[in-house]
Amino acid sequence: MSLGRLIERLAQLVPVLLGVSAIVFLMMALTPGDPVEIMLGDQHVTEEQERALRHDMGLDLPPHERFVKFLANAAQGNFGQSFFHRQPVMDVIASRLPATIELSLVALVLALATAIPLGVLAAVKKDSWLDRAATVTSLFGVSLPGFWFGILLLMLFAVHLQVLPVAGRAGYESEVAPITHLLLIDTLLRGRLDAFLDALSHIILPAVTLGLPMAAILTRVTRTSMLEVLDQDYVTFARAKGLRRRAVLAKHALKNALIPTVTVAAIETGSLLGGNMVVETVFGWPGLGRLVVESIFVRNYPLVQAAVLIYAITYVMLNFLADVLYTVLNPRVRL
Amino acid sequence: MSAPPILSVRGLRTTFATRHGMVTAVDGVDLEVLPGECLGVVGESGCGKSVTFASVMGLVKPPGRIAGGSIRFLDQELTTLDEARFRALRGRDMAMTMQDALTALNPAYTVADQIMEVVLEHDASLDGSARQRRAQARARALEMMDLVGIPSAAKRLDDYPHQFSGGMRQRIMIAIALACRPRLLIADEPTTALDVTIQAQVLDLISTLRTELGMSVVLITHDLAVVAEHCDRVVVMYAGQVVETAPTRALIDAPEHPYTRGLLASIPRLSALDAPLDPIDGRVPDLVDLPPGCRFRERCTVAEARCTSEVPMVPLAGERAVRCVLAEGGR
Repeated sequence: MSLGRLIERLAQLVPVLLGVSAIVFLMMALTPGDPVEIMLGDQHVTEEQERALRHDMGLDLPPHERFVKFLANAAQGNFGQSFFHRQPVMDVIASRLPATIELSLVALVLALATAIPLGVLAAVKKDSWLDRAATVTSLFGVSLPGFWFGILLLMLFAVHLQVLPVAGRAGYESEVAPITHLLLIDTLLRGRLDAFLDALSHIILPAVTLGLPMAAILTRVTRTSMLEVLDQDYVTFARAKGLRRRAVLAKHALKNALIPTVTVAAIETGSLLGGNMVVETVFGWPGLGRLVVESIFVRNYPLVQAAVLIYAITYVMLNFLADVLYTVLNPRVRL
Repeated sequence: MSAPPILSVRGLRTTFATRHGMVTAVDGVDLEVLPGECLGVVGESGCGKSVTFASVMGLVKPPGRIAGGSIRFLDQELTTLDEARFRALRGRDMAMTMQDALTALNPAYTVADQIMEVVLEHDASLDGSARQRRAQARARALEMMDLVGIPSAAKRLDDYPHQFSGGMRQRIMIAIALACRPRLLIADEPTTALDVTIQAQVLDLISTLRTELGMSVVLITHDLAVVAEHCDRVVVMYAGQVVETAPTRALIDAPEHPYTRGLLASIPRLSALDAPLDPIDGRVPDLVDLPPGCRFRERCTVAEARCTSEVPMVPLAGERAVRCVLAEGGR
């Protein structure tokens, strides 16, 4: 892969980000509700005080001027102050981002670790009870709404069985000095096994909720592409060479079958970002998703703007990563 | 017949359970392959020639299965052989090439890797650490690529299949098949996917290597011209049965079965370019619902009433046999 291609990709980001910013800005402007009113609530203030606050937040300008100002500032890396936190938006986001990254990664790993073996097995044992069970389960997995499934899991494991915590990322006693800001890794690096287990017990339910639809889709994709590959001449030829069944499946079939799986996984990882908002809200997970939901409620425009930009960048980058993985799996593709 | 055959198929039946009923794709096939010979197996698509040799290789895919008969290869009965031992034979003692090398070679691995893996799997003469064994297998891969005539083979070891031309890919597939010096090579339509000029090169290569390596070759084809040039003996198949078997020269000079005659007549000839082609009318019968008696009779120009009863293979002089009631009566 060439540097030129990477630069081209990064250049493609510019129109995407501009478009996304404009749409988000427009939607926020059109949504009823005034951040100043929300912020003031029932407090009685003079009109003058209110005007001062409005000016302070930059809301006294007409929308198009606000947008231009936003772009000019954003281009310099300044995304403004969070109305609500009275801190730079990027600082607020940075403090919440690791929790979301950690949750998404665990969900992704869980999804891949179940979907690929299950999809392969279902294809190899086509029409067996296992194949049917995998198909039915993945149908459920795709159809169950995350908020509902999450609440069910909470009721079962946290309320009835009381084996897992209800909400949050870890108990107070599990705090460790951050290294990577990913709690599961930091606790291990600091040698705090108790804290690691605590973090694990907190992350398991939200990660399962978040990863389930993805696992379901990936299982189906892997099964379908594996079935297709198993019918290919090169699989027959590999058998004709007298290779072991494992080598035929794991080497000759799987590498080719994973190509569609990788593509779909990249797209689905993008959609984890949306799922995060629901799951983090249900499980009280202190991540970016919940922050964005809260910010929308209080019309915290600058934070929503910046967060959506981060989502867009992540999405484009994930697709780029999928393209890179493609070349590894399929030598016919050159970036 | 002097030396005992290395492959002997007797009464082989291979069936496929389909939605429309049981299809007997191979129905009582008898054939033999002698040491060092090239046997041509001829017939149109769906006549069971490929399925017969998929059965020999143990590569019949479900819902197909071997329903009866015997396959003896190098004094082992293959129909009852367990999969582990069968696997050890495949690629080592019996090898096959497929019709289209583009689809038979794995696009995701280099050609060196695909030659090496069969050597690493079967060759007991490799020794040393895993790394040394790989180095020896790689040397063998290079040797094989030279043998099948890949130009500047050393530079091309780490290329992927799509980087080669069609003819070169076919050669690489042959290199893979022959990497462990098998006793029997089954070449399934080795030239169908190739240009005419390349076809001749690939067939010549197979013939040369047969002599050099002292192996037997089964050439599965629908092209009698190919058979005439490269095979010692021919087996003609029709609708899952062997209908005629004979030494090549004898078969071409004096075909006994009306189907064989039809096949020969339908070859376009340079000497008679103006003459219209003479195809065999009609279609292969539906294998699910076969009429009793001769399976060719509905397309046969000389069929008689007695063709509706079961026709056995009739041995004739000159080491040939034919499945036709008219054959002996005619002479």
